[in-house]
Amino acid sequence: MPSERVTNIVVAGIGGQGVLRATDIVAEAAFLAGYDVKKTEVHGMSQRGGSVVSDVRFGSRILSPMVPEGEADFLVVLEPTQEEPNRHRLKPDGTVIGCDRIDVTSLPNPRTLNVALLGLLSRHLNIAVEAWHEAVGRCFPSHLYSVNVDAFELGRQAADMAS
Amino acid sequence: MRAGKKRLLSGNEAVAYAAREAGFHLGTGYPGTPSTEILETFSAIGGKAQWAPNEKVALEVAIGVAYGNGRALVTMKHVGLNVAADPLFSAAYTGVSGGLVLAVADDPGMASSQNEQDTRRYAIAAGVPVLEPSDSQEAYDFLFRAVELSETFGTPVILRLTTRVSHSKGIVELKPAALRPRSPCFQRDIPSRVLIPAYARQAHRRLRQRLSRIAEWNENGNLNPIWEGKSDLGIIASGVAALHAREAVPEARLLKLGMCYPFPIRTVRDFVASVRRCVVIEEGDPVIQELCLIHGLSVEEKAEEDRFGELNVSRVRRIVNGDRSPQTPVPAGRPPQLCPGCPHRTVFESLRDLECIVAGDIGCYTLGVLPPFEAMDSCTCMGASIGVGLGLRHVLPPDQARRVVSVIGDSTFVHSGLTGIVEMMYNPPPTGHVVLILDNQTTAMTGLQDHPATGKTLNGEPTHQLSLEEVCRAIGVEDVTVFESRAGQKDEFRELLRSKLAQAKPCVLIVRRECLLAAKRRKQMSQTTHQEDATCQANE
Repeated sequence: MPSERVTNIVVAGIGGQGVLRATDIVAEAAFLAGYDVKKTEVHGMSQRGGSVVSDVRFGSRILSPMVPEGEADFLVVLEPTQEEPNRHRLKPDGTVIGCDRIDVTSLPNPRTLNVALLGLLSRHLNIAVEAWHEAVGRCFPSHLYSVNVDAFELGRQAADMAS
Repeated sequence: MRAGKKRLLSGNEAVAYAAREAGFHLGTGYPGTPSTEILETFSAIGGKAQWAPNEKVALEVAIGVAYGNGRALVTMKHVGLNVAADPLFSAAYTGVSGGLVLAVADDPGMASSQNEQDTRRYAIAAGVPVLEPSDSQEAYDFLFRAVELSETFGTPVILRLTTRVSHSKGIVELKPAALRPRSPCFQRDIPSRVLIPAYARQAHRRLRQRLSRIAEWNENGNLNPIWEGKSDLGIIASGVAALHAREAVPEARLLKLGMCYPFPIRTVRDFVASVRRCVVIEEGDPVIQELCLIHGLSVEEKAEEDRFGELNVSRVRRIVNGDRSPQTPVPAGRPPQLCPGCPHRTVFESLRDLECIVAGDIGCYTLGVLPPFEAMDSCTCMGASIGVGLGLRHVLPPDQARRVVSVIGDSTFVHSGLTGIVEMMYNPPPTGHVVLILDNQTTAMTGLQDHPATGKTLNGEPTHQLSLEEVCRAIGVEDVTVFESRAGQKDEFRELLRSKLAQAKPCVLIVRRECLLAAKRRKQMSQTTHQEDATCQANE
């Protein structure tokens, strides 16, 4: 049974990096795991190479779709310059999951960095790995499934190496 | 009751799913963030959806469907309703037979808009009911309520979405409400539908009577639930702000207005009387607050500051606590920019180098205002570049007037640029004029939608292609030049523009090159199709 507590995640990057896809995957995985979930984003003009931020929250019941100021448990950062402007979203003991934790050259494709970081994130969350894989399957066309699952697993292994 | 299937959907997707289940005969609209995905999804899941040249035409087509006893959904962003306001006010008078629902998405905080206008003002001004869903589930459920309301009372209904409702995802139980199917058929009703003054006077009276009946319905329509809490603090809230408020102050008693107009006065009066202190939490203009105050209800007035931008949990806490201290500014992110290699870049470099006075318009190319170009001097509303440019040409001293250029995109030109060209030929300024149509063959800003000049329908089917050059010539512009833009032609384009500025006559210069993102998507789609074909063949 999912816990009562709400888990708050903020993903930050710039247009074209797959920020919105990343929160789609987290939301699908949490949904498949039986949580109530909401995710939110602002797009439109922000997609033209500007900053993109997206929030996802899951727990037993979610009200506002936006992670309140200073209440994020995790800040996932896809682009180094986007960490500082979004630090204020994080709670004092929150965790930054930065792109420096992944060796991009080891990825099957540099564009899968977003999914690799979710592999790292997944180690902190009570969501079964099967739900993650299915979520990846739901969020990509079939021919991109395996490259993204590989990136996800690479991220999970990177978490082992760090700990 | 049978449980429905659950899916994770955005508010826009939820509206589309409900529209399909509700048997809408047609969805029409014009792309506009944050409303665009409603029709795209409706089409993708099997609904009949089409882009109109602009919101006014879309609403007129939808009114025709509803006059013909069909169900019509029309979608637009908030400023699109300015364009569609004329038919809206009249449709409120004439009424409709089949359901007519306008899904209008406001953009508090202006994530991708030129203003923060509040669509609820239009609902009140035109005299049509407005429903405000707070999340995806309500976006789904309220569309059924909107159809029910529309067909019960024969009125257009506005579904007011906001950025956070349209673009947030949540779990939706797909449990369609039972609606009677409608068979389109024509029934003549001249006194209702033909607004000559003699009939319109009666129609106005009917409209006001209808609104008082709807207000009565709204007292009992279950759209305005009370979320229980202590009576020390009462909150009246609507839309996503109700969810922020519940999270910020879970102990307060909360009246969630799903339909603030026609105002359910008895429900609100009883609620206000049941609490010691009452605060209204709403995004945008103080619409509910004003309705309370005109009815003599004692609610706390919101600070001027709370008109601006989106609300969130922290802001609601500040409002409830009466905290008026300055808010900590949020660090600025990286601003958007024209894509590397974007064909618009060459144009704005030339406009900058030639020191043009640029009347701009709405689209990706509005980013030409930012460094390193800073080559735009006005951006008002869709299509305004041409009229504003002409006005400047008429009034400025000749040395300045000769440098005025109007810059407009292809989709925006079709939306509302044509009448500007008519004006240019009807009342030409003494120094002539230069209109640049930046034709990247898509509606790029809102996510690459087709339009009449791309020759493809919403779902990618071929259709008649409007020729921008031919339509300009047909209006009477003698000098229409098409510049097929390629990389590395900066000097060539600048000299062409210089020569157009030097001749004192009206001209149109079409700069044509496919948007890079559209080209990329086209290639990806053909690759995906090939790969999926290959996969299918391998499986066979």
